Amino acid sequence: MRKVDVIVIGAGPAGMAAATHLAERGRDVVVVDDQRTPGGQIYRGAERNAASPARARILGADAARGAALIAAFRASGARYWPESRVWRVTAEREVSLTRNGRSETLGTPVVIAATGAMERPVPVPGWTLPGVMTAGALQTLLKGDGLVPAEPPVLVGSGPLLLLLANQLIAAGVAPAAIVETSVRPWAARGELSLVLEPVARRDLWRGLAMLAKLRRARVPHYRNATEIRIEGSRRAEAVSFVAGGRRQRIAASLFALHEGVIPAQQLSRSLGIAHDFDERHHAFGPRVDGRGESPIPGILFAGDCVRIAGAAAAEHAGRIAAISALRMLTADPALDAAALADEQRQLQAHARIQSLVDAVYPPPAMLAATPDETVICRCENVTAGELRAAVAAGCAGPNQAKSFLRVGMGPCQGRLCGPTVAGLIAEMQHRSVGDVGYFRIRAPLQPVTVGELADMQDA
Amino acid sequence: MFKRLERGGPTVRFRFEDEEIEAVEGESVAAALLAAGIDTFRTSPLGPARAPYCMIGMCFDCLVSIDGVENRRACQVAVAPGLSVRRQSGARRVG
Amino acid sequence: MPSRQPPTSLPSERFAVDVAVVGGGLVGSAIAWGALEAGATVALLDEGDVAHRASRGNFGQIWVQGKGEGHPPYARLTQRSATLWPEFSARLGVRTGIDVGFSQPGGLTLCLSEEELATRAAIASRLDAEGGSAGMAILDRDAVARMTPLPLGDSVRGASFCPADAHANPLALLRAFHLDIQAQGGAFIPHTSVEAVRAVRGGFAIATSAGEIVAGKVVVAAGLGSAGLAASLGLDMPVRPVRGQVMVTERAAPLGDFLFTGLRQTREGSLMIGGTQEEVGFDDGTANVAMRTMSRRAVASFPDIARLDVVRCWGALRIMTPDGRPIYQQSRRYPGAFAATCHSGVTLAAAHALVVAPSIVAGDLPHELATFSADRFHVQAA
Ligand SMILES: Cc1cc2nc3c(=O)[nH]c(=O)nc-3n(C[C@H](O)[C@H](O)[C@H](O)COP(=O)(O)OP(=O)(O)OC[C@H]3O[C@@H](n4cnc5c(N)ncnc54)[C@H](O)[C@@H]3O)c2cc1C
Ligand SMILES: Cc1cc2nc3c(=O)[nH]c(=O)nc-3n(C[C@H](O)[C@H](O)[C@H](O)COP(=O)(O)OP(=O)(O)OC[C@H]3O[C@@H](n4cnc5c(N)ncnc54)[C@H](O)[C@@H]3O)c2cc1C
Ligand code: FES
Repeated sequence: MRKVDVIVIGAGPAGMAAATHLAERGRDVVVVDDQRTPGGQIYRGAERNAASPARARILGADAARGAALIAAFRASGARYWPESRVWRVTAEREVSLTRNGRSETLGTPVVIAATGAMERPVPVPGWTLPGVMTAGALQTLLKGDGLVPAEPPVLVGSGPLLLLLANQLIAAGVAPAAIVETSVRPWAARGELSLVLEPVARRDLWRGLAMLAKLRRARVPHYRNATEIRIEGSRRAEAVSFVAGGRRQRIAASLFALHEGVIPAQQLSRSLGIAHDFDERHHAFGPRVDGRGESPIPGILFAGDCVRIAGAAAAEHAGRIAAISALRMLTADPALDAAALADEQRQLQAHARIQSLVDAVYPPPAMLAATPDETVICRCENVTAGELRAAVAAGCAGPNQAKSFLRVGMGPCQGRLCGPTVAGLIAEMQHRSVGDVGYFRIRAPLQPVTVGELADMQDA
Repeated sequence: MFKRLERGGPTVRFRFEDEEIEAVEGESVAAALLAAGIDTFRTSPLGPARAPYCMIGMCFDCLVSIDGVENRRACQVAVAPGLSVRRQSGARRVG
Repeated sequence: MPSRQPPTSLPSERFAVDVAVVGGGLVGSAIAWGALEAGATVALLDEGDVAHRASRGNFGQIWVQGKGEGHPPYARLTQRSATLWPEFSARLGVRTGIDVGFSQPGGLTLCLSEEELATRAAIASRLDAEGGSAGMAILDRDAVARMTPLPLGDSVRGASFCPADAHANPLALLRAFHLDIQAQGGAFIPHTSVEAVRAVRGGFAIATSAGEIVAGKVVVAAGLGSAGLAASLGLDMPVRPVRGQVMVTERAAPLGDFLFTGLRQTREGSLMIGGTQEEVGFDDGTANVAMRTMSRRAVASFPDIARLDVVRCWGALRIMTPDGRPIYQQSRRYPGAFAATCHSGVTLAAAHALVVAPSIVAGDLPHELATFSADRFHVQAA
């Protein structure tokens, strides 16, 4: 089995920062990422975007920051494996991945998982219709492929990313037809006023206010505290209908972007059997990882939004924290770089505090309770909220039994797009906390791998 | 459904069903199809029509057949000259 | 084991039934369902979401071929269960509206060498000599090719075939049991761990995490959780875990109804590939080496399978007795307490429901079942 010093999974800001730090110190680092170029979600396509005036104007400072980070990463000497997918990590730190149609397994003393976040699934009636995408998908098309909607889309949901997308679309000349916000509590920010004194927070807050002002200037219709969202249409999405301001409204369009915030991608940490805690405020599970990025499994570190959502700048700090922890393991020197570590930790904490402000302004969607029975919750297997509720009423104990009874979570997405909903709905029916209900048991392969690839594996 | 921000740049031609589609190098197959106005990619094994939802490889709703291999995620495959892409209807066939 | 469980309340403060079954896997559920059919009042107790559950991780085959070699009563019980399955699954299906997916295309054990073929032939002739192999026949490569849905791999030499082999959806079966038990007036009590059972006048007091249940009879069918409870009732259930790994592919278009050892297509279209046999204690994980071995055999049998994506893979623990045969026994010290376990809970589901359960309700295991007493493990060598 091939051996390397460190394997980093994910080439977003966290993974790139970790790999750059390690490679600059002479370590043999392999970075595995499923995209075609480095950058992760926020800096997707940043090299190309920074070089294109049209794109750079729309994406603002992000493209430049991303391009700089990528340049440092490319120059660092880390080995970068694009279009490669990790499908198993074991507690013995064997990493199996598929690359160029073949599967292989590498051994390493240290794994840094920096697999990032995913958008929280938004199960509303009609969300499976063609013409409904996530806000992140629209961003991906913009950053990765230079595409913008041909006609003004309607943005539905809540969270900073929705506002960011609206601004990017305005800059691209396709102002949204409307923003339909589900839950926002701008006044909650007042409760966290002390935070605003922090310089990083001031910068983010300023950015947020500027985004809102731009929306107003572009005269984008803005609905707040919308409930009872449904996407209408038979073969494709034709309109969104919702209740706001005390009455039902309907907006016709050809494209709808849903978003309810991002949550840590749990597949990898779950598959390792690491305990996950449910963050009530952020309303998401995250793996139990300490302030040095260390999980309970020796040599398996986590960094960035896959642990706890704190954004791209925080992810860089988290990446370097994990890199320092990795160096401590490799050198068997537990006191290495203590000052640098403390400094990174302090900066990470500052970003985490801002995130708690964001969480207060954009509280978790309270929509699960109101999810109509006919809503599809599992896109792969077409399981509805009503079917899950009936199974729970008949004694189904939790997500894993629900999976075996209803096939919810058994499809190719491996439960990614229904897991949070399933846990949430069961918690509601059983009057338990989501943390108590738990989650699907996640097992390898974390990414689909063919039978032929498995049969042909050299190192298993 | 989507349009390109910029003109120019090297292009790539491939087939979708019986049409020829011009795409920009480096795009994903999903992006190229969306830019060509194709808004339904497949019917799921359970019936309903689906199209890309997440664009980051998570949802598996963008499945198409590429060069005879079914169930490929169109958002994860880059366009290449001469690809033959078809709609996926229902479950894939073996053999 | 789950430490925290949702609140469960028993139907009443001092809840009393004729038969309480501990363990809501396929064995316990089949017996509880059969006991209800036989006219008893029943409570079925089961643990929470995360528990060792072979019933949730198995291959779904009603497999007769080769079973009971060296032990004719086991061969007969297996064959009888397969005979009862069609009527039994139809009854369950009609009542619950759940299609448990039973079909009986007959099963093939593909042989990838002359040696494998010879071994299968030897098993068939021994079974025939012992009283019946349920029609197990040896087929050459050409005959196999005519029966299979996909082109055979070059190394396939032939197969053994048994027309009695069948398959079903074990998850649908388990769910149908749970639903119908409730529909027929039985109590299905999940999230409830049985902590202790003691004999009281006229029956047993069952202490659970949700309160006490009193039952005339108690059946220990708690899979790998059985040994301790059984011992307190004077029963011996020396079971150990044997891991099996299974892989499942994405859905594929229907290939036609067929069944092989280690390969079947579910109604939904996925191909199930599997079944390792590993002695690894309570580790229910999966490992690349096993996945590779299973994949190699699948591809050697049918090369076209190589292109399918594997979307799920799991390990589950079989409940194995020292000789691999079931245990059915009534306690001599505490009559009314029964033990039931086996490593083929799908295959034997019909027999558990329609043969074992009625005898438990009647309070007496007939000779054909008493031969499965755990006393067999304690025969002193002369
Ligand atoms: C769709 C989407 C769009 C976003 N857009 C923005 C934005 O515009 N601005 C913003 O501030 N925040 C955005 N975010 C939030 C984002 O989480 C953070 O800004 C930041 O990207 C987190 O950095 P990271 O390094 O932790 O993870 P990421 O940047 O997400 O990087 C993780 C990388 O790991 C890869 N990966 C994951 N699993 C595997 C695997 N098994 N094998 C191989 N590779 C794998 C992923 O494809 C990805 O490239 C977005 C999030 C999402 C989900
Ligand atoms: C990989 C694999 C493939 C298989 N393939 C087949 C096949 O094709 N055909 C076939 O016939 N068989 C097959 N089997 C075997 C079959 O799955 C088992 O024989 C059957 O599921 C056993 O059921 P059970 O009820 O005894 O055990 P389990 O399913 O393990 O159930 C035991 C139950 O008891 C409960 N329990 C335990 N302790 C307590 C307690 N103290 N209080 C309350 N409840 C308790 C547990 O929660 C659990 O639900 C396979 C097994 C495996 C692992
Ligand atoms: S669009 Fe979700 S996987 Fe391709």
